[in-house]
Amino acid sequence: MSERENILRVEDATMQFGGVVAVNNLSLEVNKGEIVALIGPNGAGKTTAFNVITGVYQPTNGKISFQDKPIICNHPRGKMAKGYKGQNGERYLHEHTLAPTPDHITKLGIARTFQNIRLWKSMTVFDNVLTAKHMRAKQNVFSATFRANRKEEHRMREETEALLREQDLWQYRDDLATSLPYGLQRRLEIARALGTAPKLLLLDEPAAGMNPQETLELAAFIHDIREKYHLTIFLIEHHMDLVMNISDRIYVLDFGSLIAQGLPSEIQSNQHVIDAYLGVVEDE
Amino acid sequence: MEKRLKAPVAPEKKIGNIIAVVLIAAVYVLLYLLDNVLPTNSVTTMLIPVLRKGAIYAMVCVSMNLLNGFTGLFSLGQAGFMLIGAYSYAIFAIPAEQHAAVYQYFEGGSIQFSIPQVLSGVLGESGGAFLGAIICLIIAGAVAAVFAALIGIPVLRLKSDYLAIATLGFAEIIRAVFQWDGLGKITNGSNLLRKYTSFSDMRVHAGDTTIKFDSMFPFLIAMLSILIIVLLVNSSYGRAFKSIRDDEIAAEAMGINLFKHKMISFVVSSFFAGVGGALLAMFQTTIQAAPFRSTMTYEILLMVVIGGIGSISGSCIAAFLYIACSEWWLRFLDSGALPIPFVDASIPVPFFRDGFRKVVFSVIIMVIVLFFSRGIMGDKELSFSGMIRKIKNRTKTAAAAAGEEDAQ
Amino acid sequence: MSEFISSNLQYLLTGISVGGQYALIAIGYTMVYGILRLINFAHGDVFMIAGLIMVYATASLPIYVSIILVLAATVLLGVIIEKVAYKPLRSAPRMSVMISAIGVSYLLQNCALYFTGGLPQVYPEIPFLSEKINVGPATTPMVTLVTPVLTLALVIALVSLIKYTKVGIAMRAVSKDFETSELMGIKINSVISFTFVIGCFLAAVGSLLYFTAYNSVIPTSGAMPGLKAFVAAVFGGIGSVPGAVIGAFIIGICENIMKGLGWTAFSDAFTFVLLIVILLVKPTGIFGEKSTDKV
Repeated sequence: MSERENILRVEDATMQFGGVVAVNNLSLEVNKGEIVALIGPNGAGKTTAFNVITGVYQPTNGKISFQDKPIICNHPRGKMAKGYKGQNGERYLHEHTLAPTPDHITKLGIARTFQNIRLWKSMTVFDNVLTAKHMRAKQNVFSATFRANRKEEHRMREETEALLREQDLWQYRDDLATSLPYGLQRRLEIARALGTAPKLLLLDEPAAGMNPQETLELAAFIHDIREKYHLTIFLIEHHMDLVMNISDRIYVLDFGSLIAQGLPSEIQSNQHVIDAYLGVVEDE
Repeated sequence: MEKRLKAPVAPEKKIGNIIAVVLIAAVYVLLYLLDNVLPTNSVTTMLIPVLRKGAIYAMVCVSMNLLNGFTGLFSLGQAGFMLIGAYSYAIFAIPAEQHAAVYQYFEGGSIQFSIPQVLSGVLGESGGAFLGAIICLIIAGAVAAVFAALIGIPVLRLKSDYLAIATLGFAEIIRAVFQWDGLGKITNGSNLLRKYTSFSDMRVHAGDTTIKFDSMFPFLIAMLSILIIVLLVNSSYGRAFKSIRDDEIAAEAMGINLFKHKMISFVVSSFFAGVGGALLAMFQTTIQAAPFRSTMTYEILLMVVIGGIGSISGSCIAAFLYIACSEWWLRFLDSGALPIPFVDASIPVPFFRDGFRKVVFSVIIMVIVLFFSRGIMGDKELSFSGMIRKIKNRTKTAAAAAGEEDAQ
Repeated sequence: MSEFISSNLQYLLTGISVGGQYALIAIGYTMVYGILRLINFAHGDVFMIAGLIMVYATASLPIYVSIILVLAATVLLGVIIEKVAYKPLRSAPRMSVMISAIGVSYLLQNCALYFTGGLPQVYPEIPFLSEKINVGPATTPMVTLVTPVLTLALVIALVSLIKYTKVGIAMRAVSKDFETSELMGIKINSVISFTFVIGCFLAAVGSLLYFTAYNSVIPTSGAMPGLKAFVAAVFGGIGSVPGAVIGAFIIGICENIMKGLGWTAFSDAFTFVLLIVILLVKPTGIFGEKSTDKV
């Protein structure tokens, strides 16, 4: 596995809310250029894991590195030091604590989408993507207000146009983001994430609410953007067809803990996974 | 690939811009006439203060709208920042020889110079007054902005209603500090500050004639301030503000630093609130901390709501309407009688007495809040090009309909 | 220490008494916030109106009838405000409801201004409460001693009501989860109305005590006590009744000790300093529960 360049490494990540351990001692790796899936039954802690990686939550314990540089690191402290239920609580005790806000993580090159689409509802499709470009623009509030950033603004608009054309959203540019049909809203959210020029893209259930045809198209789309933007993709998904179809590797989470990892074929035949998860799906 | 970005400016937009320029020019001609030519009569004595105060409140409303409407921060500290601005302005604009009189309880105060006066020595009387006032206005804004930055560090991390109550609290603390006798040598305690440079000092003497800028000056400052806020709102930063308002979590995930952007919005808003407070000080010619209480913030907030949260033109229209209604058009409600238009007579109405105007006013406000919560403009802006387009479309459809009729 | 107490006894007594009065107002804030997540900016003005009703009622009615009238009318006013100004905005953004509350506050103050003509109204003397008595070296009206006792009695009654009665359980359920309680068959609207009934009743009792101690009512009389009571509610952990009461006593006592120390100019501002400190150190207040945002 290590012949490829590592991009994301999660070590011993534990997220404990009060007495509830949502993510327990999660360790995983994503390599450059891969498509990796994180699956698991409802409430397994997948989205929480994403929220920890993107800085929305500060993990109770553990370390996360991006391109071999630590970006998040914490150990149980204060009241939590006593009530900590996870493992390896001492391992990061003497390491430098890192608790960046989500925007810092995004700036490093990790972008994400949300399970329940979070577009900016009063803004147009064009402005949604354009605003994602704000972070990387070379400007300050004075140059922007007094229009001394014309070149930069022009570049942002051109890039936005290019992105929207590539995603077949250009015709909707002046519509309100929330007036788009559901499938297009998902695509717009991905386009917006691409607007931040990420190296690693986290997709939280990109196929939720899609029909089989749309899901099929989504698979092609994900492959497509990976090639075009030289991305690494880490996704949470429930549609097993999609996951098995596009993933290079899969991690399986159950009750906050990792129960299996491997190639799609290995996961399909893993007894733990079948017990915990696939069995449930077959019941449906 | 066609270049849509550099599309030629639509003819409607051109005409719209021309109309806007013409209208602004017309406003200034009117103001010039009011300041210099027109005789004082019953209309101008009401109109002039309404216009001046309206302009001041318009800019204060727009500054509040930047925060509450565009960034989604429910802040109730506006009166506090206006107070800081008003005092900062007045303190640096009281002529040296007046200090003994103004600060009579505080041994003439500790600041013994006036910026307009110092500049008068170099630029002459009118030049000193103009430039001095402008410098003092900038100081007023800057002091308010510095306070905002300090207050912002703790409070901008708070969520919606906690932010509201914390900013309200800070405004009260600021008021108490400015009224405190311990700072009396600077703030004059709870006594009035007066004699500072006001609108009536805004004059240019050319030979024998004097051109008065009494109303043009506040309009100029207000318009410039609003223009800057409009530019900010329509810039990349403005889009970032709106994204924070729409969805903070998504904004943060797209790399927008919440604290930094909220801080920028808070500081800019407070800067202009400070300038607005200073203009209010100039308008009133005397200033005291007592009236800058939460009621003042509430009034400004209600104006913003009437205009439409998130609409700058709405805020401006609402501010002028509000001031005109409360200072002029609804005055008769307090007068004890209902005047009959065009006739010099009135019908006595016993319940039209002091305070009735404000009751009617607050009922109207409640009706707007409850039934027309989008206000006058919603989150749209007044746009002449949009209007022209609408009229064009209407005439087109009318013409088409007429054409069809002809064909039949 | 004993010397400090005896020389400041007057302020201490007043502080406890004012604290009790704030507590009665603060309960209205904290309960409404607990259920509607609304800072009811008009609550302080309802309190002021209760004072004015008393002034006008005693002009033509016997004092005890007036007291009953004040309690009933204030409760009615609170319920009407809820039905007219807050209920239609139940699904609107939180900011709109807060603005509506500010509008109501503005309306009540302006109505008061109109009816009083802006003149301070002399509050009637209530027998027993207004009588002066000596406590050690200090002379104080009876109300100073009655307030804390009455407040505690009412709070105990209220807490047991919330804890043991059906309505109380419904109220707790609604404050935990609005939608689910509705799905579970709780009549949301009557629970909310009941909350306003309790809040306004206590505010009316508070106004009887407060204005007896202060002697006069003006249209802005409610604004500052209202804000302070709200701060007390935040201080104690908004949504928690005992928290609000403790917060109110702390604020009342601190404020009056400030006065005793000669810092009268900052006695109001101090409350807000306290507010900001608590918001920074423990935003959920002393007894508040922690809540996390769901992403």
